[in-house]
Amino acid sequence: MMDSMKLVYLAIPLVCLFAAIVAGLFGRQIGRTGAHTITIAGVATACALSIYVYVDVMAGNTFNGTVYIWGISDNFPFEVGFLIDSLTATMMVIVTFVSLMVHIYTIGYMHEDPGYQRFFSYISLFTFSMLMLVMSNNFLQLFFGWEAVGLVSYLLIGFWYTRDSAIYANMKAFLVNRVGDLGFLIGIAAIYATFGTLDYNAVFASVPEVINQSIEVIPGSEWSIISFICIMLFIGAMGKSAQVPLHVWLPDSMEGPTPISALIHAATMVTAGIFMVARTSPLFEFSETALSVVMIIGAITAFFMALLGLVQNDIKRVVAYSTLSQLGYMTVGLGVSGYAASIFHLGTHAFFKALLFLAAGSVIIAMHHEQDMRKMGGLRKFLPWTYITAVIGSLALAGIPPFAGFFSKDLIIESVHHSELFGSGIAYVAVLSGVILTAFYSFRLLFMTFHGRPRMDQHTLQHVKESPMVVILPLLLLAIPSMIAGAMFIQPMAFSDYFSGSILVLPQHDVIGQIAEHYHDKSTVEIVFGFMLHGIMQPPFWLAIGGIFLAWLFYIRRPELPGRVTESVKPLYNLLLNKYYLDDFNQKFFANGTVGIGRLLSKFGDTVFIDGWLVNGTAKAVGYFSRILKPLQSGLVNQYAFAMIIGLLVLMTWFLSVN
Amino acid sequence: MTFEQLAFYFLASVAVVAAIMVVTVRNPVRAAMFLILTFFTVGCIWLLMEAEFLAIVLVLVYVGAVMVLFLFIVMMLDIDIDQLREGFGEYLPIGATVAVIILLQLAIVLSSGPFEIEQMPAPAAATAEYSNTHQLGLLIYTYYVYPFELAAVLLLLAMVAAISLGLRGRSTSKRQKPNEQVRVHKKDRLRMVKMNAEKQD
Amino acid sequence: MIALSDYLILGAILFSISVAGIFLNRKNVLILLMSIELMLLAVNLNFIAFSHYMNDLAGQVFVFFILTVAAAESAIGLAIIIVLFRRRHTINIQDLDSLKG
Repeated sequence: MMDSMKLVYLAIPLVCLFAAIVAGLFGRQIGRTGAHTITIAGVATACALSIYVYVDVMAGNTFNGTVYIWGISDNFPFEVGFLIDSLTATMMVIVTFVSLMVHIYTIGYMHEDPGYQRFFSYISLFTFSMLMLVMSNNFLQLFFGWEAVGLVSYLLIGFWYTRDSAIYANMKAFLVNRVGDLGFLIGIAAIYATFGTLDYNAVFASVPEVINQSIEVIPGSEWSIISFICIMLFIGAMGKSAQVPLHVWLPDSMEGPTPISALIHAATMVTAGIFMVARTSPLFEFSETALSVVMIIGAITAFFMALLGLVQNDIKRVVAYSTLSQLGYMTVGLGVSGYAASIFHLGTHAFFKALLFLAAGSVIIAMHHEQDMRKMGGLRKFLPWTYITAVIGSLALAGIPPFAGFFSKDLIIESVHHSELFGSGIAYVAVLSGVILTAFYSFRLLFMTFHGRPRMDQHTLQHVKESPMVVILPLLLLAIPSMIAGAMFIQPMAFSDYFSGSILVLPQHDVIGQIAEHYHDKSTVEIVFGFMLHGIMQPPFWLAIGGIFLAWLFYIRRPELPGRVTESVKPLYNLLLNKYYLDDFNQKFFANGTVGIGRLLSKFGDTVFIDGWLVNGTAKAVGYFSRILKPLQSGLVNQYAFAMIIGLLVLMTWFLSVN
Repeated sequence: MTFEQLAFYFLASVAVVAAIMVVTVRNPVRAAMFLILTFFTVGCIWLLMEAEFLAIVLVLVYVGAVMVLFLFIVMMLDIDIDQLREGFGEYLPIGATVAVIILLQLAIVLSSGPFEIEQMPAPAAATAEYSNTHQLGLLIYTYYVYPFELAAVLLLLAMVAAISLGLRGRSTSKRQKPNEQVRVHKKDRLRMVKMNAEKQD
Repeated sequence: MIALSDYLILGAILFSISVAGIFLNRKNVLILLMSIELMLLAVNLNFIAFSHYMNDLAGQVFVFFILTVAAAESAIGLAIIIVLFRRRHTINIQDLDSLKG
């Protein structure tokens, strides 16, 4: 029984890898149809097997073991291993399902693109990398998956590599990720130095022994080693999950095709950081400093990114900033030790955000790749299915019951409210304010795109029609979980021992446990309705309604209001439009600074110093001394003989003086 | 002052003067002559020391052969006498100084210690039956016969070398140069050309 | 009586004269060769002196061989000068500076 399960575990990532290799290397031979058939078959198999594994894990079978030893260095084994428990199984299902939806969607979206097979190969490769990341049982394989998803993200953002903006964006994504990865690597190194092993269970079991150890980071100041490790790991998460200030790559990553915005930058890669913190909860729980840091940065991201979403005109950018803001919510949830709530929100967000991205993609196809919302309007007559699914996604995002987002987001907000961590008060204000902003910008998107009078030119207007079935089908399939996943999973995920084997929560931090006490010993249906009723009476719900109302006011009823408001707060508007000038700062300080240092080193260091002084200078010095010694070589024999005699004289004098 | 001492000092002074003349006179023929005089006097000094054989050999070989050779060369080469007068004076101080210093140092060493008359007494004069040649022969042909043979080979070598250096072959003689012959490449001598067969109709 | 040191000093004088001769002579390479012969003569004198005073004929045997070698060497040296003269038509030392660095 165990052996066949082992085969299943192996098959899940490997079948995606195999499909990726075939589509990548033999794309021309197997043609477009061959490429998408094999990759979709691969991911569909992985999805089916993931659901099978999920059911198996729910029945109580977990797995933790080494699959393959890659190499041994100095008695340290580099292992490839799997840890399959409830957290992993949940992630696997989410990743493979969304990936499958995106694969099907791509058939329609990338229909005319010359790099068709390459795209399918990349997204299958991505699925493989993400699966290796979530299924890993040691930090090294986690890092492998981490880097691999970063690499594939780079390849996909720059998919249209002939575009300058695409290349700029993919370099930016990779480099900002690298900054985070540096922190991550330092954290992993610290783990190895402290615990002597990189295996999850071995590390987690030894944590209570090292609580009082400290490390001198800056000479003179001692930090607790656990805090240091956790903060370094979180820096990695900041890069991957786009928290402030390492968020700058995500909006630019919209240069890639829309399917990958849905897959990578909404549902899966950016959630790797959230997953990692949840997975290492046994470490984080022992460092309140690190938890506070996580929470505060998440709160900052949640609020400030939502503000930026208000002023974007590109339909994909609005959704991108929305993703950033929701990632901030998930991070806040992690910080207050509501790991289950964050993972829950991760799951529901994956569904409705992917849905929103794919719907936006559908609009873009219909508008012949026009992305500016100011040129859209009144599309609901032409794109009925897209409209309906987009409405469902927006309602889920805004947090209206009974849609999925309501349950997860409310759970997080409640957790923050109950938390006593340093800074939780500010975090609570931030997440609450975020709710009204979220509702506002998501319905602003809906109203500007689908309602009102059409603002596009005649030619485009005549060609607007609904997208083909391959595009609509994923939208419908994603809309279903966006509606019901919240209600279905709130009780198992939050109020039961679903995650007890995977996530550790110390009693003093257990905010979800406090919330769960209200719902003790009730059936699932009662819990769902109870949560909804409770939620309707809480601030978040009314703030969401208020946000929707404001959006309706500004964009349907009194369309002149947005213009007047921006005029009156012009400086603030400019600040938001320029993304807090962070991009300009990064460009001027880091990018130009590095180029400047390089130029300085090249001009002075290389040319003048090394070339001129050291190399040429040595040669010139040799020449100088040679010229001084040149008269000795006169070519005259008697002078040479005389030199010998002088030498003889010196020797004789010396001997005489010594004796 | 015994006869020996008188003879010695007389011969010594002549030798020294002649040596100085060798290096200072302009005319190389005269320099060769003075050198011959030096050899003669030193040969006489050797006679004083009962090295008769070598004294005679010195005169025969050195004066009779080597100096004659020198004179041949000096007279054969067409030398410009006037040019030879220049430049002597400016280097005299340094040369003289160096020579004097060497001499002084040698003198310091040689006139002290184990070389004085007390440590190294003069040997008794040899009897009339003493034959220097005989004694020398006894030594050379027994203990030193191997170096003797080698010296003979050396002389042969010198002869061959001198002849081959000075030899100018007749320009009309045909000679082969084997080392160049061996280094020839096929491509320097032969060129293959592809030609179509031509038919004559 | 004549001390050994007298003979040795005579040899030293002849040697130093020849040393001066090597350096002073600027114009004639033949004088150089003659100075070398003079040097060898001084050394031979030393050998004979020692052989006489130590009653050991080995010194005279040595002189025998030195004489041989000196003769050979002067023959070859002169041959070289002939060849040199054929090429350069001068025996002025100042003109023979193709080894100049």
